Amino acid sequence: MIDLSTTFMGLKLAHPLVPSASPLSRSLDGCKKLEDAGAPAIVLPSLFEEQIEQESHSLNHFMSYGAESFNEATTYFPEMVTYNTGPDHYLDLIQAAKKATHIPIIASLNGVTDGTWVDYALRIQQAGADALELNVYYIPADPKVTSEQVERRYIDTLFHVKRTVSIPVSVKMSPYFSAVGNMAKRLSDSGANALVLFNRFYQPDFDLENYEVVPHLVLSSADELRLPLRWIAILYKRVAADLALTTGVHSHFDAIKGIMAGASVTMMASELLRNGPRRINEILHDLRGWMEEREYVSVRQMRGSMSQAHVRNPAMFERANYMKALDSWRPDPIGTAMSR
Amino acid sequence: MANLRPYVTLEGNEAAASVAYRCSEVIAIYPITPSSGMSEMSDQWMSAGKKNLWGTVPVVQEMQSEGGAAGAVHGALQTGALATTFTSSQGLLLMIPNMHKIAGELTSAVFHVAARALAAQGLSIFGDHSDVMQTRSAGWGMLFGNSGQEVADFAAISFASTLEARVPFLHVFDGFRTSSEVTKLRPLADEDLRALIDDKLIRAHRARALNPEHPVMRGTAQNPDMYFQGREASNPFYLATPTIVQGVMDRFAAITGRQYQLFDYEGAPDADRVIVMMGSGAEAVGDTAAYLNARGEKVGVVKVHLFRPFSVEHFIQALPPTVKAVAVLDRCKEPGSAGEPLYQDIATAISEARFGALQGRVAGIRALVGGRYGLSSKEFTPAMIKAVFDELKKDTPKNHFTVGINDDVTFTSLAFDPAFDIEPAETVRAMFWGLGADGTVGANKNSIKIIGEETDNFAQGYFVYDSKKSGARTVSHLRFGPKPIRAPYLIAKANFIGVHQFGFFERYNVLETAAQGAVVLVNSPYDASSLFARLPKRAQKQVLDKKLRVYVIDAYKVAEDAGMGNRINTVMQVCFFAISGVLPRDEAIAKIKEAIRKTYYKRGEAVVQKNYAAVDRTLEYLVEVPIPADSPINGPELPPIVPAEAPAFVKAVTAPMIAGEGDLLPVSAIPVDGTYPTGTTQWERRNIAQDIPVWDPDLCIQCGKCVLVCPHAVIRAKVYDGALLSEAPETFKATDARWKEMPNQKYSLQVAVEDCTGCAVCVEACPVKDKSAVGRRAINMAEQRPLREPEAENWSFFKTLPEIKREEGLNFGNVKNAQLLQPLFEFSGACAGCGETPYLRLISALVGERAVVANATGCSSIYGGNLPTTPWAQNKAGRGPAWSNSLFEDNAEFGLGMRLTLDKHHEIAVEHLGRLSAVLGEDVVKAVLEADQSNDKGIVEQRARVAALKLTLADLARGKDENATLATELLDVADALVRRSVWIVGGDGWAYDIGFGGLDHVLASGRNVKVLVMDTEVYSNTGGQASKATPLGAVAKFAASGKAVRKKDLGMLAMAYGNIYVAQIAMGANDAQTIKAIAEAEAYDGPALIIAYSPCIAHGIDMVQSLKQSKLAVDSTYWPLYRFDPRLRAAGKNPLQLDSGPAKIAFKDYANNEQRYRVLAQSHPEHADALMKMAQEAVNEHWKRYEELAKA
Repeated sequence: MIDLSTTFMGLKLAHPLVPSASPLSRSLDGCKKLEDAGAPAIVLPSLFEEQIEQESHSLNHFMSYGAESFNEATTYFPEMVTYNTGPDHYLDLIQAAKKATHIPIIASLNGVTDGTWVDYALRIQQAGADALELNVYYIPADPKVTSEQVERRYIDTLFHVKRTVSIPVSVKMSPYFSAVGNMAKRLSDSGANALVLFNRFYQPDFDLENYEVVPHLVLSSADELRLPLRWIAILYKRVAADLALTTGVHSHFDAIKGIMAGASVTMMASELLRNGPRRINEILHDLRGWMEEREYVSVRQMRGSMSQAHVRNPAMFERANYMKALDSWRPDPIGTAMSR
Repeated sequence: MANLRPYVTLEGNEAAASVAYRCSEVIAIYPITPSSGMSEMSDQWMSAGKKNLWGTVPVVQEMQSEGGAAGAVHGALQTGALATTFTSSQGLLLMIPNMHKIAGELTSAVFHVAARALAAQGLSIFGDHSDVMQTRSAGWGMLFGNSGQEVADFAAISFASTLEARVPFLHVFDGFRTSSEVTKLRPLADEDLRALIDDKLIRAHRARALNPEHPVMRGTAQNPDMYFQGREASNPFYLATPTIVQGVMDRFAAITGRQYQLFDYEGAPDADRVIVMMGSGAEAVGDTAAYLNARGEKVGVVKVHLFRPFSVEHFIQALPPTVKAVAVLDRCKEPGSAGEPLYQDIATAISEARFGALQGRVAGIRALVGGRYGLSSKEFTPAMIKAVFDELKKDTPKNHFTVGINDDVTFTSLAFDPAFDIEPAETVRAMFWGLGADGTVGANKNSIKIIGEETDNFAQGYFVYDSKKSGARTVSHLRFGPKPIRAPYLIAKANFIGVHQFGFFERYNVLETAAQGAVVLVNSPYDASSLFARLPKRAQKQVLDKKLRVYVIDAYKVAEDAGMGNRINTVMQVCFFAISGVLPRDEAIAKIKEAIRKTYYKRGEAVVQKNYAAVDRTLEYLVEVPIPADSPINGPELPPIVPAEAPAFVKAVTAPMIAGEGDLLPVSAIPVDGTYPTGTTQWERRNIAQDIPVWDPDLCIQCGKCVLVCPHAVIRAKVYDGALLSEAPETFKATDARWKEMPNQKYSLQVAVEDCTGCAVCVEACPVKDKSAVGRRAINMAEQRPLREPEAENWSFFKTLPEIKREEGLNFGNVKNAQLLQPLFEFSGACAGCGETPYLRLISALVGERAVVANATGCSSIYGGNLPTTPWAQNKAGRGPAWSNSLFEDNAEFGLGMRLTLDKHHEIAVEHLGRLSAVLGEDVVKAVLEADQSNDKGIVEQRARVAALKLTLADLARGKDENATLATELLDVADALVRRSVWIVGGDGWAYDIGFGGLDHVLASGRNVKVLVMDTEVYSNTGGQASKATPLGAVAKFAASGKAVRKKDLGMLAMAYGNIYVAQIAMGANDAQTIKAIAEAEAYDGPALIIAYSPCIAHGIDMVQSLKQSKLAVDSTYWPLYRFDPRLRAAGKNPLQLDSGPAKIAFKDYANNEQRYRVLAQSHPEHADALMKMAQEAVNEHWKRYEELAKA
């Protein structure tokens, strides 16, 4: 019997195929479906402080809009008993998911101000989350902001949160640091129980019909696996934190690569969104088959087996790898190779 | 031992509704100012599950009209419920028929009335007793509460009394002055009410109910043999009622410690002069009497609480036996009567007393006079009260006088000294001038609560609003002090004046009411060193003369820094507390923060925190302005209120109203019959926009969309001969016109920047995007101030350019050409970005010069007809829409009446032309009678023919023969030979609800009337109450849990007749279809109904998004565009044409952009989900039905 179990931030998981934050886990019903489909843990979508604030301000704006300016209409809306503007809805989801499922629930938090990261983290812990993922989604658009300031922001946020909560905390990292390795190490040294590689920013697109900038959500493809794969392979055993691979996991092959690079868990969203939560069990089945075929006894045995530390040619993960890739590329006469 | 409940600060409406709700099982409601608040609160309480005294949640049912509400209450009462309703003014009039029934059946009930003026020579939303006096013969008890405390108390006393007496009661208090005044009072706890109410009487009420288990019948038809006796049969109940009410008042006193009498006397026990009156003014008389008595006079006031049934005995007993002269003050006018109602009753009472047992009590009265005061919330001040007492000193005091106005026509008015002031020095009087929606009023309401509930001070707040809905100013009047405040009049001498907009110094005389040495707090971009120099001369002089202490803060900066945008309320509130010292600073700040939390916690911590941040930053920016006594008075001069070229009437009458000095207008200045000139908004330069649109001629494609959508008609386009540009100001912009029909001409797009509200809808409408910077359009917003003068000059020049000639054959059925037509509806006071006004603007441009408009009461009658200035305008020839508003409920009928007249006059004209044919010439007559008036060209030609005809007729009329008579008669009606258009316009509250029966009838009449329903899907004017047009799933007032039933399909109902032209339009989605539908409706020789999607701030959108939301409404098929043209059937075609396609987006993708839908998801997520699903199904089904019908 192959041991598929894994340990992630101290959480004992049945296997490493974890659904990452996505609309699938936005509701209790969705969480239940994921558990039924074999998920060993669930990452909830992020609680966005900015969104809470925006909703709160928007509510206040429209409840006050045009009010108290005309005798016959001093307001335009009835005052409701409650508006659920705060994080309560999210906290309720944590509580309900904990109650209705038997798997670890990992909450996710995106904050803006220093104070609220801490407040919300504490409330998330109190709501019963087993772990917390810090989704430090931050675009340093201001050219005056230096890389050091950006990095400091990550470290400070983590520091404050770790000081406040006792549940394990992971950090979902951006791949856009000048020194990803150094950043990972500093986060790990600052107490991150895990690093989730990488945060995938939704890039805006242009609508050429209407000349407008539009939000564009593209589901990931397996090609995108290679960026986190490389960095997990490099970081494995170099940082104390557990590593999670997210982005680009669509098949058992992708999961295996991630584990071999050194990931404790490989997270999926696009594949599940595209083909449904049942893909967890299917991929798990394929994973087990592949391991059986090759006579692996456990995931642990496989983990990090192709990390930089354990391959014959560690330089493949560094510059030479890039040179070789370019060197080996040839135009494809019928265009099939690039059409994926 | 009486129960003294802790003080609260409440509006009168809440004081009444709180008791009414708890004493009711069934509440039927309908919105009308100023009573709507009572209905809204009841609906909200029901929605929140608040229970009545007996532990059940009352059912609150909105009705289609006040008549409907009264009917529903009647039915509820008849079947044994404890039922009530709330109303005012015209609403109460609609209840009168049922009131007679309810009283005739001796049914226990209370209606709560915020008394308001009636529409006569003009509508007024303000307070007086005209409405309730119409009901005095209905057989109801009438109990008047004069203050917030009395409103709470009399709501309870009315209820307990009606149960015992079986006579129904009107509980009356002054609209606005009492209904909206925030005051400190002791509320009634449930236990107080339970102690007052005898449950046995409730069981007796139930026992009288209709019940098939022991059936009876009521509402029989009675004959001459016994009807009369039946009327008299109830006499014992009326005779017993005063004693019953006094008994209840006595029991009430035992419970609460507050003792009332049917007639409360206040003043010198040996008074020689007494005023008799009811309502809030009586409080001021009480205080004035005390002031005068302290100075040696002997005066008093009899405050009439129980006006019906009128107890002569109780009244006479209340009068001091020493009284020699009595003045009875009525807050209403009964033209042609021997005196106003209260006066008549008092005259009767005194007269009866003289012939009866109470003779001795009235023997000394040598003078009894009646007077009118306070109509439509006209101020009633101690100065006026003193004038009345002074008048009573005369041997023959003036009778049937007025006080508070200058009647220079029939000389009824008493003179008074406006400087007379009785307010004690320890009463702090503060005034705050704010901009509508900047939060000033809300913050002041909080301040009143803080002062009223956290200190021993008594407190009062009253709020005065503008008649315009955009760029409006608010003036808050706050009083507080150690003694109870009984000052139901505006502050005349303020110790503190907050000027929350620097621009107000120029527009209003804000320091006029500043007392000597008063403190002035100014929100200003100018700092302490430059502020004084920036003040206009008038204000500089007032500051120096009155030795005012001035503080300044740049509140916008503080608010902006705190993330509050333009909400400066918190900042200014902190300043007020800091300067006034009403509480120690730290305590005040703590209390303000507490109030902020109470007000905003439901809306989220982020909002609370931003307000806190504003509080914390404020004081470091607050600075006292050093103003040496010898500071030079060299500030800017005030601009004229209206331009020099304004007509005489505008200068003499309109201008003082604009300046806030309308109270000083004498009677002789006011039109006798409510007739006013049109087109007066052009003289009121409001300059309310911070940013205005600026045209870029290089990018512009001259499509005209910005012109069409501009809600305020401030964007105009003209095509003209370029030679005219020689006179143009330097900055005037022009480009080559792109019209093949008009080659070699110039085109200009001009903005009336002083009339713009800055809504920016035009920018959204512009389809052009700069290829080098796509965010830039052919029209873009820019700061108004630097552009004001040059653009005002450009606007003046633009107006001199010729208007497009209608007769030259240009097809105005498309947007590009229609932009060139002069709108005859301009610069209305509608909300910035209003979704209704573009339709009116368009209709006025297309047919305005030959239109008569019947306008239902509502937003459109307010922005269309509220003085001082009105937007319906005239062209250079002096022609334009003739406009009138009758009522809310009768607008379709009103318009039909106009059509009947025009048709009849046309018929008379045709008949007379026939009779005069020989004299006028058959060719002339034939040309007039057979003129093709189907297009502009034909109409212009016909107008010329009729003009010529009238000249001939005028000659003929000078003769002496029969033809002269005929010519004279024909002259009277000859204008009707030019095609006239009758437009019946209004909102959904009118068309779907209160006026639906009439609208249905008028459409079915087959007459040539055009109906425009500007469908905002709520009662917008009264603050967004649900109508039958409110969509499924949307939250509105009276539908706080989300509307659970579908919107009425008004178009489908009209189409069912088969001969009515019906169109559904949405300008923001398809402007071409909008114009087409209006043009087709106009051309159709029969009734036409156009239902226009009208975005409104009650939808909870930023109005700049209105076009986008209109499009999404259509894209989701929630609002299909269609035209149903009966003429097509004759051509063998399907009369229904769909002008929009199947759904491109889900309903939620449209709905969730609007707060009216979102708020339900925020408050009741699961319920919102369920309603949203139902709404999508309804949309699908609705679309499918239309699609099938269009295919059939």
